[in-house]
Amino acid sequence: MKFAVVVFPGSNCDRDMYHAVKEGLNEEADLVWYLDADLSSYDAILLPGGFSYGDYLRSGSIASTSPIVQQIKKAAADKKPVLGVCNGFQILLESGLLPGAMLANRDLKFMCHQEELRVENNKTMFTSEYQKDGLIHLPIAHGEGNYYCDDATYQQLKDNEQIVFTYTNNPNGSTGDIAGIVNETGNVLGMMPHPERAVESLLGNADGLRLFQSILTYWRNNHAIHA
Amino acid sequence: MPSMLEISPEEIEHNRIYAEMGLSDQEYKQVVSLLGRRPNHTEIGLFSVMWSEHCSYKNSKPLLKKFPTEGPQVLQGPGEGAGIIDIGDEQAVVFKIESHNHPSAVEPYQGAATGVGGIIRDVFSMGARPIALLNSLRFGSLKHPRIKYLFEEVVRGIAGYGNCVGVPTVGGEVQFDDAYEGNPLVNAMCVGLIDHKDIQKGIAAGVGNTVMYVGAKTGRDGIHGATFASEELSEEAESKRPSVQVGDPFMEKLLIEACLEVIHHDALIGMQDMGAAGLTSSASEMASKAGTGMEMNLDHIPQRELNMSPYEMMLSESQERMLLVIEKGREQEIRKIFEKYDLEAVAVGEVIEERRFRLFHKGEVAADVPVDALAEDAPVYRQPSCVPEYFKEFQAMEDYQSTIEDYEKTLIDLLKQPTIASKEWVYDQYDSMVQTNTVVTPGSDAAVLRVRGTKKALAMTTDCNSRYIYLDPEMGGKIAVAEAARNIVCSGARPLGLTDGLNFGSPENPEIFWQMEKSVDGMSEACEQLEAPVISGNVSLYNESYGKAIYPTPIVGMVGLIEDTAHITRSDFQRSGDLIYVIGKAQAEFGGSELQGILEGRHFGKPPHIDLEVEKKRQSHLLTAIQAGVVQSAHDISEGGLAVALAESLFAQEFGCKVELEGDTAAELFAETQSRFIISVSPEKQKEWEQLMTEAVLIGRVIDDGEYRLNVNGQPIIHTVTNKLKDAWKGAIPCLVKSKA
Repeated sequence: MKFAVVVFPGSNCDRDMYHAVKEGLNEEADLVWYLDADLSSYDAILLPGGFSYGDYLRSGSIASTSPIVQQIKKAAADKKPVLGVCNGFQILLESGLLPGAMLANRDLKFMCHQEELRVENNKTMFTSEYQKDGLIHLPIAHGEGNYYCDDATYQQLKDNEQIVFTYTNNPNGSTGDIAGIVNETGNVLGMMPHPERAVESLLGNADGLRLFQSILTYWRNNHAIHA
Repeated sequence: MPSMLEISPEEIEHNRIYAEMGLSDQEYKQVVSLLGRRPNHTEIGLFSVMWSEHCSYKNSKPLLKKFPTEGPQVLQGPGEGAGIIDIGDEQAVVFKIESHNHPSAVEPYQGAATGVGGIIRDVFSMGARPIALLNSLRFGSLKHPRIKYLFEEVVRGIAGYGNCVGVPTVGGEVQFDDAYEGNPLVNAMCVGLIDHKDIQKGIAAGVGNTVMYVGAKTGRDGIHGATFASEELSEEAESKRPSVQVGDPFMEKLLIEACLEVIHHDALIGMQDMGAAGLTSSASEMASKAGTGMEMNLDHIPQRELNMSPYEMMLSESQERMLLVIEKGREQEIRKIFEKYDLEAVAVGEVIEERRFRLFHKGEVAADVPVDALAEDAPVYRQPSCVPEYFKEFQAMEDYQSTIEDYEKTLIDLLKQPTIASKEWVYDQYDSMVQTNTVVTPGSDAAVLRVRGTKKALAMTTDCNSRYIYLDPEMGGKIAVAEAARNIVCSGARPLGLTDGLNFGSPENPEIFWQMEKSVDGMSEACEQLEAPVISGNVSLYNESYGKAIYPTPIVGMVGLIEDTAHITRSDFQRSGDLIYVIGKAQAEFGGSELQGILEGRHFGKPPHIDLEVEKKRQSHLLTAIQAGVVQSAHDISEGGLAVALAESLFAQEFGCKVELEGDTAAELFAETQSRFIISVSPEKQKEWEQLMTEAVLIGRVIDDGEYRLNVNGQPIIHTVTNKLKDAWKGAIPCLVKSKA
């Protein structure tokens, strides 16, 4: 399986994502510079964390206007797995691939530590290797991770089982304790916690690896059907 | 804004304009004699920044020479952007610390942020990828609203820059003391990793080669920043706000990636960042080091503002700029790399044979000075020194004895001292994990990062107990180095070397100069003994406000090598049932201690004594035991003494303990006697451990009931709940920050 890690100016978790796939999952990955990208040959698209364009204007907003977003939308429409983590999530929101918006954290401070999450939906292509309602730990590192949506959207997210991860101890004030959501078709996941930082026990936590393994499992099953 | 009308050479002399720029009459005369004529406005500007203490080390050079700077592993000692130490496998570690005290005192967010930006550039200008940031901060008491503001904004500034640029902030220290009320300290350290073949120097070699300017445009910010950093803070400091630069971490991130690409390009001859004294120091130092000269056409300098004068351009400290020397004719290849990142790379000059630094502006010569005159020929002063009265008084004092009525309350009070209390409020704001190498995150004795693709890891820490140094600079200097090494060893590493951030008051005050001299003596001796050479550093003098100097604060930033990630050791207890040992006997030493601070409200007397031979022996035995795999946790006993160190070891997993001590109760609990450790060992390894560490004394056991029990001479002294202690320790700083004064 081949992953594209899209690198925008100011992305800074791009290498971490790359290593998670290469060394954690033992699959192929390329760092793809946003300008000279052709995403058509990749099986999954990863939008890493960081500060694309310095978070100027609004986090994720400038990156969401770059031409490569059309290719990301195409991949999403083709039902390929698209994962946006942290700043990647913010870009997915800004480009309209996921509903809602991001606000500054409730305490107005950047925060970085491990958080406990509940797996709300383990039927997605990103979470099949987790238990439903299972508790996992993933690191967070953000200043604007306070996910917001209106009541109608929240109800929709709930009804469609689009809420994938919630915080058990909400650190940033997000609506409904949301830590990660998928689109209606379930192939675009945006999440604030960093699974790529949790793929090896040496660094204290390997709970994130199962997310990447889920993508691989999905692809293998899917690929087998097509082949 | 139109530029100032150029002041004529005659006016500069007659109205002593040079004095406003920080040059003395004598120094002005020296400039005139070096040039053989009166300098013009731009030229006197060049000299004033290059001869400032910040750039020339004119007052500290004679002292810096005392530091041991060599060792078999040292690849680059002081003198370049940062020092370099071999870690084997054709890899090396690059590091340096730098101060940004005065800017942070007047504009804390930008002052701290640009301090981080500057030190990162020093590291990647050597060709290394920055892998970690640390810092060392000093503030006055958090009781004052102004101090709270400075503290909150400095932390936010460090976070704002480091987080965005994608270099994890993994460690540091924060201390609070009235001595820093008007003059906080903000020192930032950066650690980088490099392959030997990529090591890069800041030289302008090869006559005819092209000088290229890269990065952000030059504006009017930070003009005379280096001079500002070399003066005492006064009421006018507020008016120096325009001397503080404004940082753009996004630009820096692009610069890092572009420069690390350029490193692999064979057209690159030399690279240096434009730090203090901006274009002036980077250009003249590169030429001076290469034994060449340089001509620059200032019309080509990318400018952010209209009508900038040569003086303003040369003295601007606008951030995120680099100067490169490129093989002539290959500029386009370099330009292409920077274009990918939307960065400008502009040819602005040429390396010349004649050893002159010559600047052109609008068809005229704006400056023409001998290149060495700026860098090499800067004056050096041997300031007079004298033993301060306070020191004589302190030395003559009887040993301080405390009277404690309630030991549990005293322990809780100590844990609430901001210097001891949990710094989670601070480090939670720093991204400590980006780059996914951080094995031991902030809060342990030292941070640990693995070296990807190898079994190795690096331990790093910053340390300095300035109270000890104030009480006795020589003893305190030894302790600063020894304590840093202790933290490194506790994490399972062998110390490789250190970078020093020397922060003092005015060197023109003989008592302050004496503090400098003595602390450097003490540090040097410890460096020799512990085989940790000084490979880089920074000097920040004139840290005074309203005539009051800070405590002498020579910060030690140390890096150590862990041979195998299996040796990585943490400071907190790992498992219930493990045996608790103490290494080193407590003496009734309370001078400069936290206990003295809470009981007396001030510090006096003699600091604890240190015997470097004992220190060396214990560190080496402990490291051997750690490498043999018999140690579960290792924590040094420092501020607050054993009772505090024991509590800290319990907090992470909220363990309990049962500990029995023998001796004088106050000393056993709270003395800050040096070269001591708390170690936990699993019962299966007891025999092996006791053979390796014959000095260790078994004092108790880790228990999973969350009860802190401490007896002395068979009598129960403290029996409380670990969580009660933890709440006090954890809540102290958030509580102080939130409280209204």
